[in-house]
Amino acid sequence: MYCLLQVLLQKNGVSNGTLYKKTFIEHFEQAPMYVAVFTFVGFAVGTIFGYLRDFMRAWGLEKRNIAAEREQQKDFVPLYQDFENFYTRNLYLRIRDNWNRPICSVPGPQFDLMERVTDDYNWTFRFTGRTIKNVINMGSYNYLGFAETDVNALKTVTIELEKYGTGVCSTRQEMGTLDKHVELEKLVATFLGVEDAMVFGMGFATNSMNIPALVGKGCLILSDELNHTSLVLGARLSGATIRIFKHNNMQSLEKLLRDAIVYGQPRTHRAWRKIIILVEGIYSMEGSIVRLPEIVSLKNKYKAYLYLDEAHSIGAVGATGRGVVEYFGMSPDDVDVLMGTFTKSFGAAGGYIAGKKGLVDFLRTHSHSAVYATSMCPAVAEQIIRAMKCLMGLDGTTQGLQRVRQLEKNTRYFRRKLHEMGFIIYGNDDSPVVPLLLYMPGKIGAFARRMLEKNIGVVVVGFPATPITESRARFCVSAAHTREMLDTVLNALDELGDFLHLKYSRYSKSSHPELYEESRLELED
Amino acid sequence: KRVRDTRTKLAPAYHLILEGILILWIIRLLFSKTYKLQERSDLTLKEKEELIEEWQPEPLVPPVPKDHPALNYNIVSGPPTHIITVNGKECINFASFNFLGLLNNEKVKSAAQASLKKYGVGTCGPRGFYGTFDVHLELEERLAKFMRTEEAIIYSYGFATIASAIPAYSKRGDIVFVDEAACFAIQKGLQASRSNIKLFKHNDMADLERLLKEQETEDQKNPRKARVTRRFIVVEGLYMNTGDICPLPELIKLKYKYKVRIFLEESLSFGVLGEHGRGITEHFGINIDDIDLISANMENSLASIGGFCCGRSFIIDHQRLSGQGYCFSASLPPLLAAAAIEALNIMEDSPDIFQTLRAKCERIHKALQGISGLKVVGESFSPALHLQLEESCGSRENDVKLLKRVVDYCMNSGIALTQARYLEKEEKCLPPPSIRVVITVEQTEQELDKAASLLKEAAQSVLN
Repeated sequence: MYCLLQVLLQKNGVSNGTLYKKTFIEHFEQAPMYVAVFTFVGFAVGTIFGYLRDFMRAWGLEKRNIAAEREQQKDFVPLYQDFENFYTRNLYLRIRDNWNRPICSVPGPQFDLMERVTDDYNWTFRFTGRTIKNVINMGSYNYLGFAETDVNALKTVTIELEKYGTGVCSTRQEMGTLDKHVELEKLVATFLGVEDAMVFGMGFATNSMNIPALVGKGCLILSDELNHTSLVLGARLSGATIRIFKHNNMQSLEKLLRDAIVYGQPRTHRAWRKIIILVEGIYSMEGSIVRLPEIVSLKNKYKAYLYLDEAHSIGAVGATGRGVVEYFGMSPDDVDVLMGTFTKSFGAAGGYIAGKKGLVDFLRTHSHSAVYATSMCPAVAEQIIRAMKCLMGLDGTTQGLQRVRQLEKNTRYFRRKLHEMGFIIYGNDDSPVVPLLLYMPGKIGAFARRMLEKNIGVVVVGFPATPITESRARFCVSAAHTREMLDTVLNALDELGDFLHLKYSRYSKSSHPELYEESRLELED
Repeated sequence: KRVRDTRTKLAPAYHLILEGILILWIIRLLFSKTYKLQERSDLTLKEKEELIEEWQPEPLVPPVPKDHPALNYNIVSGPPTHIITVNGKECINFASFNFLGLLNNEKVKSAAQASLKKYGVGTCGPRGFYGTFDVHLELEERLAKFMRTEEAIIYSYGFATIASAIPAYSKRGDIVFVDEAACFAIQKGLQASRSNIKLFKHNDMADLERLLKEQETEDQKNPRKARVTRRFIVVEGLYMNTGDICPLPELIKLKYKYKVRIFLEESLSFGVLGEHGRGITEHFGINIDDIDLISANMENSLASIGGFCCGRSFIIDHQRLSGQGYCFSASLPPLLAAAAIEALNIMEDSPDIFQTLRAKCERIHKALQGISGLKVVGESFSPALHLQLEESCGSRENDVKLLKRVVDYCMNSGIALTQARYLEKEEKCLPPPSIRVVITVEQTEQELDKAASLLKEAAQSVLN
């Protein structure tokens, strides 16, 4: 019955099935038309009330709660356009209590939230001093469960923190390269199966500071529609020409590649110096996995370079957690630049770039981060080392592999159950990032608040991080979640889905109950 | 009787023939092939395939020569504290920006350990999605209270602080007046903002005033546009590249005269200048509300990682939704935030360390005067000095090699120094090659004197 749910969407183009070693199932179901209509109506009502409120505030009928410019600087050019902040003031502000929720414990599978109330409709918050304990965490990027405080697990980190302290106070090229960094880089290179790697202190900065070092004027960047802000910023800072292809759509990418090579640079028609394709392993808002085999075959055919950002996929997919390269059964030599972050699956902070020795040597000399930015804290480096050793089995246990297997099981279970219940879920069946579509702006606030009342912490996202009609709740499944926790969440979702009418899927169990009856015996867990 | 003439009047013969020809012509045009101009110059499939075959891209990265100075970097074994082990040799550390010596402080480390036990290492999420910890909120409150501003916001990386703050306020079409010697992070922030950049000569207020006057005359030509164009001045408190301070009182006068906002970057001056370490505003005794935004990183005096911006809520709150390094990046690991809070406690409890640091800087500044071949660049109370060659020997490469020999001489005798590193092709105004000398509170007077005399010796033997 699961096959009924295979909807390989037209907008992703037709896939070339022969390159894939296992089935590639992605879902991007469209909601019925009335949903889009109601979404627009919801935004329209919000906007009208927004104008009304602004009007009342301008004429002093309502109190102005926002901070204002200094008296002495009132005749300066205004810092913000009133209109730019319209959305923030009138729409975001109403449901602002669902973001920036402070926590006061380790972000493991359960955490403690600080209770926060507002007396003036979200303009200001006040802490009551109480904590909401043991809230199930469906929002933190803790895929392999390495965000833990177990004393044995953190033994080496404690020792290194005592030895090295917290700061480094210098850049990589001056006096900031510690032996810990060298050890970490060797380990990362071994883990990924490449010649060499280089680590940086911040994942965002890894992209924004290294892409300008690799490409410059006269080069072409082909970037996916839904790439992360750090990739977009890096591409913009490099000064190269940027062209965007439709999300995960190989026909769109091929057309851009052909046109680029045949027609050259705009107006001068000189040949491009090089062409680089920027993609991510798992897209965090869609939950989709990149079509790596097809992209690699395209890149080999047209002699382009591939930059793969594995922020969410390293550790989370693949039989032993080596990322999308392993997931598709390919070799790391197929990708020119392997980039990733340590924040998500390794419970630390920072990023890396790995590849051939020539590439990494070039980055050691020309990367902005190596020359001007402080290197990574050694205690954080130790956390990554111990997590990676655990994953690779070098600590003598099979814990790493168990975590990867557990994550896979949890992902499949969670996604299958949500499909059966009738929600619209986006993304690949194997991705631990699960976006659940809410669509209407009113439901965003309602969903997050009610889930918190049931002691479950979720993340909701709306415009401008997503298209205006596709607001969603995003779940991050973790290897540390037990079956009971997932069941609690699923039951709560079931109840809430009925209450808020979120079960839009037309292929769900609830709309065709008769078809699912006999198959329940066949489906093993 | 009026009878409608119902008979159709026959048109003259030539009229009919003309219309007939016209109709036939229209029919012909409708059915003939349309000629599109592109089709004639469009390439055939075979030609396209040939072009694709022939095209050869550059290699992804150019090869790097094996003796490139940056490839043979120093490896430090163990913590980069006062006594540092570089490349296997023990030296006294004159190269790490550990101004207040807090890198090895026991209280700071135990605060970090306590935080590690409670929170683990990473935060696993950005600030908006359960990445906000109570330590972050506490650190922001403490920083705001320490700097006596309304609000502070913390970033997880020092470089990203000013590079995300500037584009959050200054957009395409706005004007930014920036000092020539501004550090690279400011330059990247300006590039990301896509505003008009106007460089003025380093610390030259007359040059800045000239630029502002020019802008004023421009404004009078187009008052409507001027009313919506924001203007900013970006300066550093203590310049990393030249070691001197900006003339803040004059800048404040210019600010109110020409209605420009000031963004102050205090990475080196936070925790160094001022009676209590509050930076250059305390040093000059200026009301902190006169500065629109102060940005600093916590990687120098506070011996942690990350950065912060502080100022009035009206300004800082905007970054919580539009600072890219804040919204789209994971938050600072809590152990580093706890370390920063403890470091702040130490700074507040013992304000005499700033005076001690300044005294040491004065001492070594005096001691380094008169070295033949090298000149000292920087204020006498600046803890980060540069030693530049008095006379260049022709090319930058040779200068760098010469300075390397001086540094190696010192390293072999037990003083760890480093050259200031820059990306030569990317900097707007590349400073000349120099040796960085960093003074910390932990260095004793004997060590300072030893360093000065060693540098004299090195300069003597290498440069003469």
